Amino acid sequence: MRGLMRGRLGTAAGFALGAVLLLAVAPAVLPAFSLALLGKFLCFAIVAVGIGLAWGRGGMLTLGQGVFFGLGAYIMAMHMKLADASLFGGSGVPDFMSLYGSGEVPGWWEPFRSPAVTLLAVVLIPGLVALVLGLAVFKRRVKGAYFAILSQALAAAFAVFLIGQQATTGGSNGLSGFRSFFGFDLQDPNNKVMVYMIAAAVLLLSLALARQLMHSRLGELLVAVRDQEERVRFLGYDPATIKTVIYVVAAVLAGIAGALFVPLVGIISPADVGVIPSIAFLIGVAIGGRATLLGPVLGAVGIAAAQSGLSSTFPSFWLYFQGLLFVLVIGFMPGGLASLPSLVGRRRKTRAPAPVPAAPAPPAAPATSPAADEKATVPEEARR
Amino acid sequence: MELLIGQMFAGLSLGSVLLLAALGLSLTFGQMGVINMAHGEFMMAGAYTAFVVQKAISDAGVSLLVSIPAGFLVGGVLGLVLEAVLLRRMYHRPLDTLLVTFGAALILQQAARDIFGAPSVDVRAPAWLQGNLEVLGAPIPLTRLIILALSLLCLAGLILLLKATPLGRRIRAVVLNRDLAETSGVSTRRSDQLTFFIGSGLAGVAGVAVTLIGSTSPYLGTNYIVDAFLVVVAGGIGQIKGAVIAAFALGVLQSVFEYSTTASIGKVLILIVIVVFLQLRPQGIFSLKTRSLA
Repeated sequence: MRGLMRGRLGTAAGFALGAVLLLAVAPAVLPAFSLALLGKFLCFAIVAVGIGLAWGRGGMLTLGQGVFFGLGAYIMAMHMKLADASLFGGSGVPDFMSLYGSGEVPGWWEPFRSPAVTLLAVVLIPGLVALVLGLAVFKRRVKGAYFAILSQALAAAFAVFLIGQQATTGGSNGLSGFRSFFGFDLQDPNNKVMVYMIAAAVLLLSLALARQLMHSRLGELLVAVRDQEERVRFLGYDPATIKTVIYVVAAVLAGIAGALFVPLVGIISPADVGVIPSIAFLIGVAIGGRATLLGPVLGAVGIAAAQSGLSSTFPSFWLYFQGLLFVLVIGFMPGGLASLPSLVGRRRKTRAPAPVPAAPAPPAAPATSPAADEKATVPEEARR
Repeated sequence: MELLIGQMFAGLSLGSVLLLAALGLSLTFGQMGVINMAHGEFMMAGAYTAFVVQKAISDAGVSLLVSIPAGFLVGGVLGLVLEAVLLRRMYHRPLDTLLVTFGAALILQQAARDIFGAPSVDVRAPAWLQGNLEVLGAPIPLTRLIILALSLLCLAGLILLLKATPLGRRIRAVVLNRDLAETSGVSTRRSDQLTFFIGSGLAGVAGVAVTLIGSTSPYLGTNYIVDAFLVVVAGGIGQIKGAVIAAFALGVLQSVFEYSTTASIGKVLILIVIVVFLQLRPQGIFSLKTRSLA
């Protein structure tokens, strides 16, 4: 109990500190370019919060978050293209369509002229896709490995689809060259700061949401489903519903992150949404500690920062490094950095967490991380 | 008529490539529950093996014949190394093996880029494979026929190995019940290593085969891996016959979809077909009858 109290207070204090840092300190001290870059990292962190819930807490290895990120991003990009065309071009037809396409706006673009529809779609469309896939897979009790493969195939198909539709989605070049964001001129540095602020606020909100979920009955059930799905089913709950709800939440978070990514970065292309970027989202989550609250966020920001720093200077080294990270972190430190305190042996020697035990595997004690979230998980067999 | 035969054959040919790619995957997935994302990169290693062998032996026919066993060895050894260094620690975490092997795949891809360069290279097909065979007026490329033959040959070899040798019996025992096999005196450690060697070797052979129909680049593996996994999912875990049916069905479906729509929409349709199919049979076409709940 003492730990729980400390955890509560610590979480509240940490949350307040994070809010001050992100919303007040960062805009005050960082130059405009760095702030936009930080905003991009925060978008990845929002995706990571969702992955932390679905994968870290729920054991659903989702390899298709790029799809939801991409859906949100492309919906926002389409709206911004159309708005630009009306504001600056006068014709109402986005520039690239005149180059590659028929010069006519296809019918499925038209709804995104409306800002309200766009905002709704950013949330609803990724959510709906996740709902359909989630119900289809979890209700029929398709194996966890199959879910991972299907979500990956979804990411592959989505990227191929985007590349193939040169005339209507910009093909492999993607969509870029945005000038306005809901009527605000993106050239104006003040508006850039505003977009960053929105991203930071969304990240803080999604963290608060994730924490509430983790401490709710649903969150407890989610961890139970991860560790002993059959047992939860025998207790009268439907694991499929629990998993689907969380999967939808993760997808919606990714969609919103994608929508914020576009005005911050100024381009979205299939290279940001395919198989490899989708899996790359996971490594930050794993490094930080997949089952913790803050771990995924810190890991995602850290990895994104490292990537933007290293990949331009040493492109070859970065790819080796990324591969090695996957191998070393997942292979040898599955609890991520958050499990370091317990690995160092301050407490009773525990096994590394096995977030997804195979059916006959002995239940392993999941990692607890005093640093990030005291009440991480309840060990399966508390032999005290 | 010619068009129909041509399309059917294109589907069969695509299916045979998928089958070659998926055979080894199905084996390792069924035996150990390991989802090996580096399987595609083992194919790439096989393809580059063919390229290197051709550099050494200029005669395209001889080099092809040498490449097939060489590719098998290269793929198999890579698989053994991966298994020994990483996977043997992770048998109780099957899902995490996917991410670890993905990391290995990234490293192998970058290594290929550093050794052979990013642009794609070509392996010359032997002269006696250039040309077409006329079947009912439809031209069938000989290279594709050879790949079909090769995939059937590998399939026959694998079935023979599993059904008729002591090693195959041990492998099947481990697939059915690992603990019971271990207590009955089967060394699951050895059986795992051999399975991984054979499965990865088959990936190497698949890599040699695809050099006949396309160029070789560091990204070769990524083009095949997702489709190969889908074949395993649709076919059922560890079920060779399921993989065969699924590979040819998906191959034919994909060529039909691509012919009637576009390649990009075809991919999406294939995925929808598989998800719908899993509604009917969540375990794939065939599944082992066990009493386990999973």
